[in-house]
Amino acid sequence: MSRITREEVANLARLARLDLAEAELDEYAKQLEIILESVAKVGEVATADVKPMSHATGLVNIFREDKVETSLDREEILKSAPATEDFRFRVPRILDEE
Amino acid sequence: MSSYSDAINKYDPVLGLETHVELSTKSKMFCGCATDFGAEPNTQTCPTCLGLPGSLPVANKIGIESTIRIGLALNCTIATYSRFARKNYFYPDMPKDFQTSQYDEPLCSNGYLDVLVDTEEGSKNFRVEIERVHLEEDTGKLTHAGGATGRIHGANYSLVDYNRAGIALVEIVTKPVPDTGEYAPLVAKAYVTELRDLLRGLGVSDVRMEEGSLRCDVNLSLTPKGSKTWGTRTETKNVNSLRSVERAIKSEIERQAIELNNGNTIKQETRHFQEDTGTTRSGRSKEVAEEYRYFPEPDLVPIAPDSKWIEELRSQLPEQPSIGRARLAKEWGFTDLEMRDVATLGAVDLIAETISFGASPSAARKWWAGELARKASEDGVDLTVLKISAKDIARIDVLVTEGKLTDKLARQVIEAILIGEGNPDEVIAKRNLAVVSDDSALLPAIKEAIEANPEAAAKIKEGKVQVVGVIVGAVMKKTGGSADAAKVRELVLKTLGS
Ligand SMILES: [Zn+2]
Repeated sequence: MSRITREEVANLARLARLDLAEAELDEYAKQLEIILESVAKVGEVATADVKPMSHATGLVNIFREDKVETSLDREEILKSAPATEDFRFRVPRILDEE
Repeated sequence: MSSYSDAINKYDPVLGLETHVELSTKSKMFCGCATDFGAEPNTQTCPTCLGLPGSLPVANKIGIESTIRIGLALNCTIATYSRFARKNYFYPDMPKDFQTSQYDEPLCSNGYLDVLVDTEEGSKNFRVEIERVHLEEDTGKLTHAGGATGRIHGANYSLVDYNRAGIALVEIVTKPVPDTGEYAPLVAKAYVTELRDLLRGLGVSDVRMEEGSLRCDVNLSLTPKGSKTWGTRTETKNVNSLRSVERAIKSEIERQAIELNNGNTIKQETRHFQEDTGTTRSGRSKEVAEEYRYFPEPDLVPIAPDSKWIEELRSQLPEQPSIGRARLAKEWGFTDLEMRDVATLGAVDLIAETISFGASPSAARKWWAGELARKASEDGVDLTVLKISAKDIARIDVLVTEGKLTDKLARQVIEAILIGEGNPDEVIAKRNLAVVSDDSALLPAIKEAIEANPEAAAKIKEGKVQVVGVIVGAVMKKTGGSADAAKVRELVLKTLGS
């Protein structure tokens, strides 16, 4: 039984903005199948009374005070961008967006 | 019969509102960057809000408390355990490629807000139920170059400023609101107005729709009368003033009714409200459903408010806007109807501020709910957007009370302030608008008026003082309303020896 279909891999690639060739879709479907199979082993031990864990520390309510700290130097930030203009990041236009 | 009443006769609208409120915390939600509106582009960013590797977000306590206070004010249940979630998407407005938000564990849920709307059967209460109130972060601001609306023709790129990315943003989502019938647009407007007043009262946001710190999306569907199944809904974005909320719903009701009447189906889609035409237009239709792949944010620990903390926040809540308005109406001597009008115009705070600067309540109401409300309606904007302040109006009222301005002159002063000529005193000096009560300035006009009205003058000389109005009127006309009427009367009578 396969846990992930070729179509699902194609959809994931689309969401992740990865341009995968036909052959790659087959290859990654196979690899992801192995990963999912391994992870599914956890499901065999976990019973209904075990809550899914998202945080390992058990900590709650860690906050910072509402205090302004110095931001990064703008020149410094923009230096690492591929393109800038008017002190802004320049990005390809996403068509038909407002 | 209008297309609106025709639509309402055949269909029942079902409303839904999603409101985004930018909190007025000094620093961003998960980092210490400042949140000043209008700051130089990209001067308020750091590794955390830019999503640079190795950065670690920490939640702003005031952001959390503000969200809980909003939830409490909206009669919500506060979660005892609540996590942030990553909403994954690729769009340059978020440098991290995800937005920190909340998914199935919002901080607050199941509340309500009551709003009053004037109906044919008098004032009626509508309960708008709140589905959830959750906390997330705002996105960066894109300026598009090229295309039909872009700044630079022929160019095909966007410029991004991340100053706004990471500012605390609260989303308030209503449950579907049925049974509002023809009042749907008014209920929606009353809800947003009431919500804005409530948020301002809480002091959690500056709630300026024109600056985007309060933004509204409107969901609407139509159900054929008698049917139990709700129709397909559309979501209209870009509804950025109280007036637009009302107009967007009205036009969307009309549009959907026409589609249904023609036997078409309503497409589930995002639409955009167009301020100039007052209608909505279809947005880009997405061929694939959005998939955000939400998962719990591992870098932020869960929030677990205990009852002690919640009760402490509850005890600090200010009075509800409706109770506050009743108190103010009494204090200011307004009737219920006058107060409701003022509230509908969104003028309560402006009037309160004007009074605090020394104006009388009746004068403050007269200007804001009269002259200025008319101007705002002409320009199609909310009162708060007008380029005149509560302080200006208070100063004008003081000048009228002191007899230095007549109502007519005051209107001219307001006119000039609105077009940016300065504060009341500057405008009066520049345009020479002060009331003339100086004998030497008035006497030539009086002499002329007497000569032009010999019959009236003769009667006054005979002692028929009531005729003096004719001469005073002529002087007022001659001086363009700038003369001190009482002074003119006195001088006319003196000149004619009566
Ligand atoms: Zn930052």
